[in-house]
Amino acid sequence: MSERPRDDRSWWLVLPVVLAVSFSAIVPLMTVVNYSVQDILSPDQRVFVGWEWFRKALRDPELHAAFGRQLGFSAAVLLIELPFGLGLALLMPRRGALAGFSMAALALPLLVPWNVVGTVWQVFSRPDIGLGGRAARALGLDYDPTLDPVDAWATVLAMDVWHWTPLVTLLAYAGLKAVPEPFYRAAAIDGASRWQVFRHVELPRLKSVLTIALLLRFMDSFMIYTEPFVLTGGGPGNATTFLSQTLTRLAVGQFDLGPAAAFSLIYFLIVLATSHVFYTALTRREREEGR
Amino acid sequence: MAEIELRDLAHRYAGAADWALRPLDLTLADGEIHALLGPSGCGKTTLLNLVSGLLSPTRGAVRLGDADVTALGPRERGVAQVFQFPVVYETMTVRGNLEFPLRNRGVPAAVRRRRAEDVAARLDLDALLDRSTRGLPADVRQRIALGRGLVREDVAAVLLDEPLTAVDPAARGALRDSLRAAHRRIASTLVYVTHDQGEALAIADRVVVMDHGRVVQQGTPRELLTRPADVFVARFLGSPGMNLLPGGVEAGAVRLGGDGRRVVGVRPEDVRFAPADGAEGVAADVEEVVDEGHRRLVLARIGDRRVVAAVPDPEPAPSPGACRVTFDAARAVEFVDGEAAS
Ligand SMILES: Nc1ncnc2c1ncn2[C@@H]1O[C@H](COP(=O)(O)OP(=O)(O)O)[C@@H](O)[C@H]1O
Ligand SMILES: [Mg+2]
Repeated sequence: MSERPRDDRSWWLVLPVVLAVSFSAIVPLMTVVNYSVQDILSPDQRVFVGWEWFRKALRDPELHAAFGRQLGFSAAVLLIELPFGLGLALLMPRRGALAGFSMAALALPLLVPWNVVGTVWQVFSRPDIGLGGRAARALGLDYDPTLDPVDAWATVLAMDVWHWTPLVTLLAYAGLKAVPEPFYRAAAIDGASRWQVFRHVELPRLKSVLTIALLLRFMDSFMIYTEPFVLTGGGPGNATTFLSQTLTRLAVGQFDLGPAAAFSLIYFLIVLATSHVFYTALTRREREEGR
Repeated sequence: MAEIELRDLAHRYAGAADWALRPLDLTLADGEIHALLGPSGCGKTTLLNLVSGLLSPTRGAVRLGDADVTALGPRERGVAQVFQFPVVYETMTVRGNLEFPLRNRGVPAAVRRRRAEDVAARLDLDALLDRSTRGLPADVRQRIALGRGLVREDVAAVLLDEPLTAVDPAARGALRDSLRAAHRRIASTLVYVTHDQGEALAIADRVVVMDHGRVVQQGTPRELLTRPADVFVARFLGSPGMNLLPGGVEAGAVRLGGDGRRVVGVRPEDVRFAPADGAEGVAADVEEVVDEGHRRLVLARIGDRRVVAAVPDPEPAPSPGACRVTFDAARAVEFVDGEAAS
């Protein structure tokens, strides 16, 4: 052990970060906590209600239904986008002029603002004037996302797949490019099939990027708001009303700030807990190795 | 188990301005250990990848035994190759790794098991057989990779590309011996790439010296040391390499001097010292004596030319200062314009 002089003044250097995080995260969060335990009758008349709003939120059938739809949506997004994105990454050329071009073409949807994505798909899916809607009709499908919940779901999912699969692809592609060349050579010499190369050479090295892709896509899809709001408005009925939209309706539409705040916190905790579970499960093996 | 024959083989990488490997003809005899020796970037790996089929040549043909395999991929060629960078499949145990090339070729389970255990014993891996390959140190990984190269008995050739780079220097000698023993057993043609001449001379029956994409000389270690084909080989082989001085061999004696087109090469072991006041040899000046334990290296100067002499341990070495040196003319080699004069 070296006898270095101790100087704790350097802790002050952390202060700017603490201040920034306070204003960006802690202060708004505490405001929500504040709302969640009070009944605000008017700006200067508040009553402390304890767990009341939480109990109410947890028993609300409308929230239950939205939660179920949300889980279904996120599960569908992950089940489609991860394999599809990975498959695209495997098909992309790794070098040459075509590599840069396909990357740029692929990244395009990621650059489109979310409300524009919703609008584009809203027009695209219209059975009267939209290209997609007209095409579906021409194929003999009785397609109308404004009337049929299944069509609405299919459209929202197709939109999300179009918008976000490129993210998974780019992450997986970066992971694939990092696989050292000798691994492919050795596999060729050993007579490995394409599937074995994927299973024994590529997949083990993609684990961390796929973990990141899964976390990002889960958190993002679980909090989706703008696109379905613009595309279907949550309809028909409540068929595509997910958690964020339900929450907004509660807070802004009905101005039930207390229940909305309590529900926000529950929502936040769900995202946090689920992400943590995913992350722990997927990185456990690596940590066991690293012992 | 086949002779490797390269006919007018050459390779230029896509987009590269120059040949990585210039047109060459080379035959590597069946069942022997051949070392490909040359400085980094001289084209050794390129040559090896052309033999295994990982690269297809820009021109020329590769023959294994009686078959022209130029158009075949690595899977069909029946060649095993081990790389400088240790490749291990972390999804499998050590045993799984060793059996992998056999499983892909439909070898029955009982045979796979026997061969994997056999090769593991040879490479000192038997204690690890059922262990996961995660987190193993680089030299163990490289032994596993070598095991995958040696486990197949049907191979036409085993190609090793600087396989001991990742291995601890202290363990290299033992591993080289295991390689030789394994080679005796499978009796296939073995090509061992290295830039280390000590390693090449220690392991190989025959050495192919390469430089700048060309084969400079092929021969046994003794032939290369005693009759180098040109000044590059003369300087590159031996530790240290030959002394090269302007001059030649005339009437059974080394004569220094001349225009520099003619150069005489003398191994450090063939330089002798005589008293400064004698008449034998040429006047020289000893600058430094380095004691290496089993021998002394004497760094001397003849005029403005440096000369290195190696004196084996019991013999007396001269002290720094004026002296005279003589050369063993019978073992000296004369070069004209860089090429050995016949
Ligand atoms: N994939 C490649 N693309 C372009 N040039 C290469 C490639 N691989 C090797 N080279 C070039 O070919 C020459 C021979 O390389 P290599 O066969 O790897 O040499 P060595 O194995 O003897 O060190 C070098 O000049 C190197 O720069
Ligand atoms: Mg090399």
